[in-house]
Amino acid sequence: MTSGPILRIEGLSKTFRTNNGGALEALAEASFDVSENDFVCIVGPSGCGKSTLLRMIAGLESISSGRIGYRENPVLRPQKEIGMVFQEYSLLPWRTVLDNVALGPEFGGAPRAEREAKAMEYLRLVGMANFSGAFPHELSGGMRQRVAIVRALANDPDVLLMDEPFGALDAHTRILLQKELLRVWENYRKTILFVTHGVDEAIYLADRILVMSARPGRILEIFDVDTERPRDRAHPAYGQLAERILSILEREAAFSATGTNG
Amino acid sequence: MEFRTVLVRIGAYLLVPVLFLVLWGVIDRQLNNEVILPGVGQVAALFLQPTESLIAMGSLATNVAISLVRVLAGYLLAVCLAIPLGILMGYYGTAHRLLNGFLALFRPIPPLAWVPLVLAWFGVASLASMFGVEEGTAYLYLNNLKLSMVFIIFIGAFYPVLTSAIHGVMGVRSTLLDSARVLGAGEWDIFRKILLPAASPSIVNGMRIGLGVAWMCLVSAEMLPGSISGVGYLITHAYTLARTDIVIAGMISIGIVGAVLDLFFRLIEDRKFVWTRLTR
Repeated sequence: MTSGPILRIEGLSKTFRTNNGGALEALAEASFDVSENDFVCIVGPSGCGKSTLLRMIAGLESISSGRIGYRENPVLRPQKEIGMVFQEYSLLPWRTVLDNVALGPEFGGAPRAEREAKAMEYLRLVGMANFSGAFPHELSGGMRQRVAIVRALANDPDVLLMDEPFGALDAHTRILLQKELLRVWENYRKTILFVTHGVDEAIYLADRILVMSARPGRILEIFDVDTERPRDRAHPAYGQLAERILSILEREAAFSATGTNG
Repeated sequence: MEFRTVLVRIGAYLLVPVLFLVLWGVIDRQLNNEVILPGVGQVAALFLQPTESLIAMGSLATNVAISLVRVLAGYLLAVCLAIPLGILMGYYGTAHRLLNGFLALFRPIPPLAWVPLVLAWFGVASLASMFGVEEGTAYLYLNNLKLSMVFIIFIGAFYPVLTSAIHGVMGVRSTLLDSARVLGAGEWDIFRKILLPAASPSIVNGMRIGLGVAWMCLVSAEMLPGSISGVGYLITHAYTLARTDIVIAGMISIGIVGAVLDLFFRLIEDRKFVWTRLTR
């Protein structure tokens, strides 16, 4: 086992071509490392390219320039070692919860009994075993995201990318799922890269927080969060860190408002 | 449901057809000309003995069955070709660009307009002559499936199914595709386990419309030379003998069979695709 970073992002840029022939720079020269078992959160103003960054690491988006290394190998296409959880409803609506969670092993060619046993194991982990026969439309938003998370985990990924997975949930459910995610992460110790626009969420969850600039997104600052988990939202250090990150984001928002991209 | 409401509902369904029959009866009495408008009873009598041989062409039931087999042959061919092609065209932009312009040229041509060309190509060749079957019961069945008829019905059913498959696939939410890819789905998995089920409500709807169109092409297909059976032919032949009652009975059978097939598809849609209505 090498002690090098599990993910190495070097000078990563992304330029989209717009419909009228222009070019839109979404991400500019992002560089950072993620070490194994780390919980890293990425925060930034909306439209700063943080989702694009995650999609590139997942292999869903082409790279304009720079390099993404997963255990020293370049990432060029989706691979099962790098899983992803999406913000919107990503479960297959015609499949039951169980069949959704079993999807990864199914693509991997696992026999039915084996993949269903595995799916049940993960559903139990988040208290969803009783809903294995339900269809996604019968579940609440929070339950759907629980299923989406264990669906990604049941595929045994090395790295789990999460793109604002709790963004569409109400505040109470969001806090509940944050706690559950930490519990699962402490059991399974995956490396997690978590994109959010909630500074509070980032501080509650992360070992490290990357703060991104307004578009084109660059990594502005990296904060290490050393406090013990579970973190106390009422602790002074918690508030101070939130204050610092928010002030950076505020400056960025002001900058982008006066900047060229309006 | 309460007994009275059931009665009221059934009554509502039957009201207009019954009024129509009454109107028919009244006009029939005024005209008193059975060639222009045969009586209700005269037509009903044909339905009461569906297995009785008519104008030396076999029974009404036999002719409906022959037509149904013809429609299904052309229809199945269209479905088997249009679904994979539609999924490919909906998914791969290149396939769409390559084929759509070409296929769009043929779409507006009414199936009936193909008749002269189809006759020049296939003449009276049937599946029997194609497979070299010359005797026995297989010959009787296969000889009824003229290539030209199957082709006309095929053309009619092909486009609704193709269009619905293309649109069904194009409407698949990209998150579903992305999440499948991230979970390790190969291209074949994407086709079979994501695109096909996600597009199936749209495809089944297209199949329902396609079957309706195929059924409507039947009469024109059965008017082609070489045809000696089928409801379409029964209607045209009865016309030449001034048997308007058989014409009307044939038309009603076409209507009933078409409506039953349509109902069958609606039932599938209601049962299988509950998720389309309940998914936001």
